[in-house]
Amino acid sequence: MQTQRDYALIERNAKIRRTCKNIFTYFCLGFWALIVLFPFYWMILTSVKSYSSYNSEYIPTFFTLSPTLENYTQAFTAVPLAKYFLNTAIFTVITTVLMLVVITLAAFAFSRLDFKGRNLLFVGFLSLMMIPTELVVITNYVTITNWDLRNTFTGLILPSVTSVFYIYLLKENFESIPDNLYYAAKVDGTTDLRYLLKVMVPIARPTLITITILKVIECWNSFVWPRLVTDESAYYLVSNGIQEIRENGFGRENIPAMMAAVVVISLPLIVLFLVFRDKIMEGVSRGGTKG
Amino acid sequence: MAQNETPFGKIKPWLYLLPSILFLGFFLVYPLIDVFIYSFEEGYNFASQTGFGIGFYNYSYVLHDPYFLQALKNTLILVAITVPLSTGLSLLISLGLSSIPALKKAFQTIYFLPYVTNTLAVGLVFMILFKKTAYSEGLINLLITAFGGEGVDFIEGPYWAKMMVLCIYTVWIVMPFKILILTSSLASVNQDYYNAAKVDGTSSGRIFWRITLPMISPMIFYLIITGFIGAFKSYSDAVALFGTNLNAAEMNTIVGYVYDMLYGNSGGYPSYASAAAVILFVIVLTITCINLLVSKKNVQY
Repeated sequence: MQTQRDYALIERNAKIRRTCKNIFTYFCLGFWALIVLFPFYWMILTSVKSYSSYNSEYIPTFFTLSPTLENYTQAFTAVPLAKYFLNTAIFTVITTVLMLVVITLAAFAFSRLDFKGRNLLFVGFLSLMMIPTELVVITNYVTITNWDLRNTFTGLILPSVTSVFYIYLLKENFESIPDNLYYAAKVDGTTDLRYLLKVMVPIARPTLITITILKVIECWNSFVWPRLVTDESAYYLVSNGIQEIRENGFGRENIPAMMAAVVVISLPLIVLFLVFRDKIMEGVSRGGTKG
Repeated sequence: MAQNETPFGKIKPWLYLLPSILFLGFFLVYPLIDVFIYSFEEGYNFASQTGFGIGFYNYSYVLHDPYFLQALKNTLILVAITVPLSTGLSLLISLGLSSIPALKKAFQTIYFLPYVTNTLAVGLVFMILFKKTAYSEGLINLLITAFGGEGVDFIEGPYWAKMMVLCIYTVWIVMPFKILILTSSLASVNQDYYNAAKVDGTSSGRIFWRITLPMISPMIFYLIITGFIGAFKSYSDAVALFGTNLNAAEMNTIVGYVYDMLYGNSGGYPSYASAAAVILFVIVLTITCINLLVSKKNVQY
């Protein structure tokens, strides 16, 4: 009897301890979630407060009863936010499309075509991954300036058209496609290019989509290179635009309008993320780093 | 393959490779060589296209430039604080995540959000949260005073306060990647080890130190190495918080110094910029090598 009661007691204690541990875990995780989400909440909240009510709050309030959209109209009218958006969209689309063409061709050559020095060249390509951007950006800036390409889309786009890492990723994927398909196509007299477009690209589509999304995120957030090669606001991308807005946009005090611009700039990527959540997280864990 | 015998068949692979070779050659290989040449061309000015000789003058100029020393100090503090802090925190969070299957996915989604945000844009939100102006204390200061502390302007105030915001923002930005990597590597630890430990009645602390940590140690070292590299190159986060004139705010980083030398207020000295970039590269390379040596000794693969 005694031992049985002891046993029940031990079990109950263990259960209590487990529950406490779980509650503690949930509390900590929830706390970090709060830290992550709070800036987003605050920017949305601030963006719907009116200018006068924001500035009259010495102690900021955590919600507002009279939301307004006037800041959003102001964000699009007082500063050329729509123009920044358009520039970024053009930049992102052209860069991504060009890059996809370049890396697909290269990955195909490395995975399917036989030529002398293939492995050596591929190792050479891979070793380029170690070069940090900071080292090459100086000469690139001089090159683009000498070619008279500052404040043009060409100048913005050219240096970011290739990525060794994506060539590597795609080559691995291409190599997993059985050779038999290739030989069968050869017998039928299909050209290499046609085979690449009709067979390999469709099969490798998931990888191509992952690469596209990662590149779009990278383009959308790029700041350093655009800042170097553009100094006319007609060519600003959103990152440079928001910096411009901060320094001499609405006037430094108009925080709500600034936050409206921030919301508008952040939204596309967040929507993209929520739609392609698994693809993005898988792609990033396979080799993306921020920056 | 018969096709390869024809002259066209021989050059065809190279046609496929031509675009990538051209782009990589022009914008990656040539600049890499060129940056070292620039760094030895003394005092080369971009506007006048003149310099005054070959030698180590650029390096000594940069190493004696108070702005560079400030940038170096800031970067080292940033690295020393954010790398251990973010790695440790993300390890704790990942351990927490792996112990609760129920809401794991929702939490993971939330935690990943900072990765897909524009560093410059969200930096503004942090700025207004920490800033103290004439008409508002700012939210963080309000919290500090509520707990009995004294408010301080984190954006234009004392050095330590500015450094603190920069560290907080940097940690906020780099956490998603680390949490993602650690959670997936925790999930891939073979469950048999845990079951065996359970049978033996091993305590949970011992399980962590003897099983979990050794199993994920390669990934932790990977994160520490990439964390070091990333933190040494930080720049956008500082711009987001303190604006583009970082020298005036005493908040410049090494990368910021490179860009300022190249373009901006100090105006067009690629040779000084190159020297600073090479110095940064050497620092990062040294630290990466040390990390690799240490990890060889301590990591179980």
